[in-house]
Amino acid sequence: MHSCTKKGRSIIDEIVRGIAEAFRLIVTLDPALMEVVSLSLRVSGIALLFSTVIGIPLGAMLGLNRFRGRRLIIALLYTGMGFPPVVVGLFVYLMLSRSGPLGQMTAPIIPDLFTPGAMVVAQTIISFPLVAGFTMAAVMGVDPALRQQVQALGATPWQTTLAILVEARIGVIVSIIAGFGSIISEVGAVMMVGGNIEGSTRMLTTAIVLETRKGNFDLAMAIGVILLAISFAANLIMQRLQGRTVDE
Amino acid sequence: MSDFVYRLQNVSKTYDERRVLTVDHLRIRRGEVFALVGPSGAGKSTLLRLLNFLESPSTGRIRFLDVEFTARGQVPLRLRRRVTTVFQRPILLNRSVQANVGYGLKLRSEEAVAEKVSQALAEVGLEGLARQRARTLSGGEAQRVALARAIVLDPDVLLLDEPTANLDPYNVGLIEEIVQQRNRERGTTLVLVTHNVFQAKRLADRVALMLEGDVVEVADGETFFEEPDDPRTAAFVRGDMVY
Repeated sequence: MHSCTKKGRSIIDEIVRGIAEAFRLIVTLDPALMEVVSLSLRVSGIALLFSTVIGIPLGAMLGLNRFRGRRLIIALLYTGMGFPPVVVGLFVYLMLSRSGPLGQMTAPIIPDLFTPGAMVVAQTIISFPLVAGFTMAAVMGVDPALRQQVQALGATPWQTTLAILVEARIGVIVSIIAGFGSIISEVGAVMMVGGNIEGSTRMLTTAIVLETRKGNFDLAMAIGVILLAISFAANLIMQRLQGRTVDE
Repeated sequence: MSDFVYRLQNVSKTYDERRVLTVDHLRIRRGEVFALVGPSGAGKSTLLRLLNFLESPSTGRIRFLDVEFTARGQVPLRLRRRVTTVFQRPILLNRSVQANVGYGLKLRSEEAVAEKVSQALAEVGLEGLARQRARTLSGGEAQRVALARAIVLDPDVLLLDEPTANLDPYNVGLIEEIVQQRNRERGTTLVLVTHNVFQAKRLADRVALMLEGDVVEVADGETFFEEPDDPRTAAFVRGDMVY
C-alpha cells in the first residue's frame, strides 16, 4: 500500500518533471529536439500534401460520378480508412526492401528503406483513404440540383467539380484534419520503414518509444507534450479555417 | 440569320428504356416568349434541359443558332453559354448575394463584374442585399437573385422552369415584369415552363401543350386559349383535365 502510494507519487513526479523538461527543451530550442520536430513536420506535411492531391480528386470523382467498379473502389477505400498503420508499414517495407519489387528498381522516384522518403510513402498510404473518404461523403452531401444549376450557368466539368468542392468545403477541411491526425501521431509504420535512426529518420513518435525503453521518462514525456502541442496547434489552425466557413 | 433559335426534328429522350419525351417537330422563334404548359410529368422540364444542353437527346436533331446537334454531338461551350435556366427552386451557392450573381460572369472570365452585378441586382430590386449571405434570403428574394444571376449573363435564350411556382403574388408580378422587360428591350428569347394557364396567357406569344411526353398543339396565344384545334388543349384550358 505504502509502496503503491510512493509509486503513484513518483509517476506524478515524472509527469511534472516531463512537463518542466518540455518547457526547458522548447525554450532553449534544443537542437536534437528541433531536428526531430522538423523531420516529423516535414515528413507528415509532405505526406499530407500527397494525400490531399490524391484524396480530394479521388473523393470528388467517387462522389460525383457513377461508373462500373465504383462500389468496389469505395469498399477498398473504406478498408483503407481503417488500415492498421503497422500493416501499411509492413507492406511498404516489403515493397521497398532490396528483394522487394520496388526495391530492385533504381528509379529516383522510389525511395530507399530507412529514409524520410520511405516514411512519406507509408504515411501517404495511411492518410489518403481518409482524405478521399471524407471528401466523398462531403461532396455527396451537397444538393444534387446544384450541379445542374452551375452547368446551366455555363460551367465546364472542371468548374462544376470545383464549385461543388467549394460548397462542401467544411467537409473537405475535416478530411484534411483527419488525414493529418492519422499520421502525425502514427508510430508503427514509420518505425518499420524509417528505422528510428538518429539524425535521419527519428520522428517524435519513434523518439518517445526509444526514450521510454531507455527509461528516460522525463524526456519521453517532454517529447509527448511537444507532439500534443503540434497536433493541437495544427488542429486549431484547421478549425479556424473551418470556423470561418461554419460561422458564415 | 435564321428567324429561329431552336429547331427540333424527331427528338426523343429515353431514361432506362422509358421514353419520356417525343418531339417530332418544334421551332422556337428568335425574340419570342414561348410557353410550355401541361401537367406534371408531361416532359416539359426534360425538354428544357435539352434546350440548355444539360442533356443530349436520345435520338433526333436540335438545331441551335444554325449549328446542329445530335445524340452523340458535343455542344461547344461558347454556344452553351448563350443559354441559361432559372429553375423552380433557386439553388444558390453558400456565398454572398453578389458572389452568386457574379458567378457566371467569373466562369466566363468577364470584365467589370462588380458593375454588371450591381446593375443586375438593381434590375431585380435587391441592390441593398449585395453583401448578405444568399442562404439567409426569403424564397422570393432568393428567386430574384437566381434571376439576376441569369440575366447578368445577357443570354440569347432564357429558360424559365416554373420560376414563380412557390412565390407570393408580389414576387410573381415582379419576376414576370422583369423577364417581359428583358424580352422587349433586349430581344431575349424566353422559354417558359409553367402549369399555370393564366401565367402563360399573360406572358406568352406562343404556347405549346405537352401531355405524356408529346407536344399536342402549338399555337399563338389567342388561338391556343380561344380556339384550340385539339380537344385536349380545350380541356386543359378550361381546367377540365384532371391531373
